[in-house]
Amino acid sequence: MTAYLARRVGQALIVIIGVSIAVFVLSRILPGGPRAILGARATPQQVHTFIVQNGLNKPLVVQYGVFLKLLLQGNLGYSYHYNQSVNSLLASDLPKSAILVGLSTLIALAIAVPLGIMQAVRRYTLLDYTLTGASFVGYSMPTFWLGTLLIAWFSIDLHIFPSEGPQSGGVAGIFTHPTAMVLPVATLVVVNVALFSRYMRSSAIESLVQDFIRTARSKGLSERAVITNHLLRNSLIPIVTLLGVSLPYIFSGALITESVFNYPGMGLLFWNAAQVKDYAVLIGGTLVVSVAAVLGSLAADLIYAAIDPRVRYR
Amino acid sequence: MSVLPGRAASWAEQPQEPGPPAEAGAGEGRRAGIGRLFLETFIQNRLAVLGVGIVVFFLLFCFVGPLIYHTDQISVNLEQVSLRPSASHLLGTDETGYDQLGRLMVAGRTSLEVGFAAAVVGTTWGALWGAVAGYFGKAIDSILMRAVDSLLAIPPIFLLLFLATAFTPSVVMLIFVVSLVSWLLPARLVRGETLSLRTREFVQAARGVGAKDRRILLRHILPNAIGPMIVAATFAVADAILLVAGLSFLGLGIPPPAANWGGMLSEGLTYIARGYWWLIYPPGLCIVLVVVAFNFIGDALRDALEVRLQRR
Repeated sequence: MTAYLARRVGQALIVIIGVSIAVFVLSRILPGGPRAILGARATPQQVHTFIVQNGLNKPLVVQYGVFLKLLLQGNLGYSYHYNQSVNSLLASDLPKSAILVGLSTLIALAIAVPLGIMQAVRRYTLLDYTLTGASFVGYSMPTFWLGTLLIAWFSIDLHIFPSEGPQSGGVAGIFTHPTAMVLPVATLVVVNVALFSRYMRSSAIESLVQDFIRTARSKGLSERAVITNHLLRNSLIPIVTLLGVSLPYIFSGALITESVFNYPGMGLLFWNAAQVKDYAVLIGGTLVVSVAAVLGSLAADLIYAAIDPRVRYR
Repeated sequence: MSVLPGRAASWAEQPQEPGPPAEAGAGEGRRAGIGRLFLETFIQNRLAVLGVGIVVFFLLFCFVGPLIYHTDQISVNLEQVSLRPSASHLLGTDETGYDQLGRLMVAGRTSLEVGFAAAVVGTTWGALWGAVAGYFGKAIDSILMRAVDSLLAIPPIFLLLFLATAFTPSVVMLIFVVSLVSWLLPARLVRGETLSLRTREFVQAARGVGAKDRRILLRHILPNAIGPMIVAATFAVADAILLVAGLSFLGLGIPPPAANWGGMLSEGLTYIARGYWWLIYPPGLCIVLVVVAFNFIGDALRDALEVRLQRR
């Protein structure tokens, strides 16, 4: 286990360094240079001062070193638009996104796992085809369309749920306005159920033909016991990996969902930053979500190794 | 949104479902047999046939449709804004007076063209990248594939939003930006295929007669990795159409006057409180149908390819 742990953590570190290089390159190919930050009316003098102050006249490798050093110190830069450090912007918005993503992923798993198992058990029936078709449609639907349709049906027509996410400040706002969470969470749940259930179905069908299922049946277990004790547990394992590698896509869906529902999380912050070309937030935000995705994937793999010893010896 | 990870994983771990019985064949007959088996497996998959049908329908709709259904898609007509569907405007008009059905045809062209172009550019680049990584192995492989891993870790919408902010959006720029995301999966798939291809006899034979690495890669490895490339490209079209739609909603899609389904949909959605259903459902349905169709085709191609691989 230790060797596996070391190897896997090492890989994650390399990928994080790779991400930092990619984001660094992105930040340097931005057109406009200092004028993009200082504005078109900056004097040549001011531009020169900015270049010297930020070390933009040094070789790229040195610039990357400075960039990395600031990152390691936990400094993500300064937003000239909000006149705040990117750290403090993220500190207030990131927890809200984490709650949105976490909650909807958990609910999606709770729906998709039994659904996928049921489809596998009753495969090639009308029910299976219907659900498969529905999941195809679910993940082929633009997230923003789905979100807006939910608003049209449940807020405009039926007046059941508010059309906006919780607006009051802080994480506490989420708990004081639980109804405002329903539609944003529901949007992400639909998208993720579509993704997970299809995979769960394949995984369960694969398990169903294994010898241990036949053994369980032949020793006289009820079909219910076979499914819950043998099939479910074994089909769950690949889902952990899927969850790990899906994080970048789940975060992407969350960004769009937050924009639809004006949910004040990290995705909305990022989108607003894109509107005003606030590059510090774009750079910091991209780094943070990517590193979160890498760490999430690492956590998934370690959980996988903990529950399935076979992985460690590969 | 996108389901690339599920696909990447299920590529390797698809359950083996019983295919058609393998025919006995040898020598010359075997190659034709494999080709026919591939085609049979594909056609047996009704969803795939449905998918091809939908794609053909939309190609005709977008490229031949305007020749039959004449509408003015150039000048704005502010006297006929947001009209309900009627005999003169089968799907009504939009907020600037364009005929909605005609607009769907014109917009679909852009969506399909960007989707196809991004898929072709992304798959070509990805295949080259993956083949080089797999063929040379060792340090080159590690460096190239860690780059792929790193880019895969960046959530695609964040990356695209970043790039779309930095560069003035245009159709060409959008194709370029979307292919920056869509080359990653083909790179992984082709690398995997190359790892097994490079040990095969014909590659060793080519090397034995003194072929250069470049020639082996371009003439022997890549043509034999065409299967995974086509599958990856099919999925890439679907993903590109969805990504462009998402970007349009975020305000960074294809700029007017060019229309695309995602742009039409997000403009239509601003009228949702007024119940202009003809601006909201048709463009969304077009996107869903085309994306579903490409996913059906991709799944079937992958399954058919696996049958072919099993017979090797």
